[in-house]
Amino acid sequence: MTARAFLVRGLLVGLLAGLATFATAYVVGEPHVEAALQVEEAHAATETDEAGHHDDVAVVPRTQQRTLGLLTGSLSIATVLGGTVALVAAGTVGRVGRLSPRQSTGLVALIGFVAVALVPFLKYPASPPAVGSADTIGARTTDYFGFLLVSVVVAVLATGLALRLLDRHGAFTAGLAGVAAYVVAMVAVGSLMPAVDELGDFPADTLWYFRRASIATLTVMWAAIGIGLAGLVGRLHDRERAVVARRELAASL
Amino acid sequence: MAHAVATPEIQLPTIPLRELGPWALLFALLTTVVVFFISADQGAVSVPSGTAIHEWVHDARHLLGYPCH
Ligand SMILES: [Zn+2]
Repeated sequence: MTARAFLVRGLLVGLLAGLATFATAYVVGEPHVEAALQVEEAHAATETDEAGHHDDVAVVPRTQQRTLGLLTGSLSIATVLGGTVALVAAGTVGRVGRLSPRQSTGLVALIGFVAVALVPFLKYPASPPAVGSADTIGARTTDYFGFLLVSVVVAVLATGLALRLLDRHGAFTAGLAGVAAYVVAMVAVGSLMPAVDELGDFPADTLWYFRRASIATLTVMWAAIGIGLAGLVGRLHDRERAVVARRELAASL
Repeated sequence: MAHAVATPEIQLPTIPLRELGPWALLFALLTTVVVFFISADQGAVSVPSGTAIHEWVHDARHLLGYPCH
């Protein structure tokens, strides 16, 4: 097994996961993006135009934003995530207790999903168009990526803690300690960081449907990467083991 | 895989971190650039100025959970 073999598989799986991500986002998410844009338009029609960086000068028409544009974003993000997960998995293979390459790769993707997608979503959930204020985009971006970064660092540290406890205390205690450390740290950080409060009178149903669609999309993306990559890495390992077994048999004859 | 010779248990492969380092560094750089353009460009920061990139990836930005408008 080589870093290159992992990366190639990660990019391939990421690309395919990007297609699944796009399909999910398009089918499950787009109706609620459109609904939110209608809320925005209704607002813009009553108030004199003060918000709306989209409506006044649309460089890219909506039909392209919701198809090729969404596809571009989905494929790009899923592909780089696939490659990143693959390289992290390459670093952890054979280093997580007695977990097989298939298992440790799946674990990396699972931890990645929690730390990169799920927990940031719980603190700073995705918001449909018309919810955020243009004035706060700087602060919201900093907070989101700051929290994301902390989450990843804490997840790495918590995993490291679990690995250190693994030999002496067993998988159950080590896993529990790692999860507990991560949860406690993230609850503390989350409660210290500012909340976003910009909803106004945006319809709660539309907001919930959009957010549900968003987390579903992220879940599909990470699941596709995790399952796909664990499968390919497992097959690679099986093949290499078969080669080694044949060689040993030949040497013993 | 010369290190996997005749041990009673299945030998788990590992990849030397020294081999992994350059790949990880380069790819981390690429990931940062791609994530920046998809998630944040022409929002909080603009390189280049304008709104074309922002609008092109706009729906992905919202649905993948990045802060937008
Ligand atoms: Zn937007």
